[in-house]
Amino acid sequence: MHDRGGWLTDARIDRSEHELADWEVLMDSLAGALGQKGVMNVDELRRGIEGMRPNEYETAAYYERWLYSVEAILTEKGVLAPGELDARLET
Amino acid sequence: MSLHDHDHDDRDHDHPHEPLTIVGEPVAAARVRALVDLLVEKGVVGRDDVRQRIDWLVSRSPSDGARLVARSWVDPEFRQRLLADTRAAAFELDLDPGPSPVVIALENTETVHHMVVCTLCSCYPKALLGPPPDWYKDFPYRSRAVSEPRAVLEEFGVHLDADVELRVVDSTADIRYLVIPQRPSGTEALREDELAALVTRDSMIGVAIPAVPSPAAS
Repeated sequence: MHDRGGWLTDARIDRSEHELADWEVLMDSLAGALGQKGVMNVDELRRGIEGMRPNEYETAAYYERWLYSVEAILTEKGVLAPGELDARLET
Repeated sequence: MSLHDHDHDDRDHDHPHEPLTIVGEPVAAARVRALVDLLVEKGVVGRDDVRQRIDWLVSRSPSDGARLVARSWVDPEFRQRLLADTRAAAFELDLDPGPSPVVIALENTETVHHMVVCTLCSCYPKALLGPPPDWYKDFPYRSRAVSEPRAVLEEFGVHLDADVELRVVDSTADIRYLVIPQRPSGTEALREDELAALVTRDSMIGVAIPAVPSPAAS
């Protein structure tokens, strides 16, 4: 699912581009800061993304995958409690 | 947790970028901001740490990579140093090659053309080129750059003669690549900064050829 190299597809390459939205820059920068702090590294970020269910991976936007991974890895490490972020978003 | 709760089935898969603003942005954006707030409160990261990363990211630009390429066009000894140790060469020009341990410059010649992909995800020399374009991160390029690279190059407007060897290099988290395109003919009179202006981002990914400037075109 993740290693797309050589997959036979005739899907067109959509060359339209977009400037990163603020939240995308923030997500990228948070992951970078967590890396610099030694909280989680890029290999863990990848492992978290590869832990996504296939249909989620296929449909999530790029930085949604990062968000998923950072939440998953930080929960695994005990930095975040399960459901902690959800609870915060409900308040 | 996280995206498990959200239904993405209403997305139009023919337009992979639209969900960013229509469906994805509000949900993910609020969630990212809340996550940052929470981690700052916990003392896991400082707000200044995140802010510094933002400043760094938004200041990254292909113009940095272009300076390396232009210098390599006018200074053969620098070119050799750039090929031997790309990070050290970047430091020579006061450029930031980023935290990635290895950046490798690959030179295109009359007989060899390099093209960069990250089949797994999106590894890219962001420090020297800025954030990668969307198509670099999307599935079709990641698949077809390997299965039919010459057809992909044609789509990008690059025709390679059959006798030119095409090397597709796959990036990893630890090794990123920067393509040094060939210097266009007709640019002998240009200054280094004028040459740098010819070096596009896509030409440093290997999917474009720097164009000859119109005044010098014959």
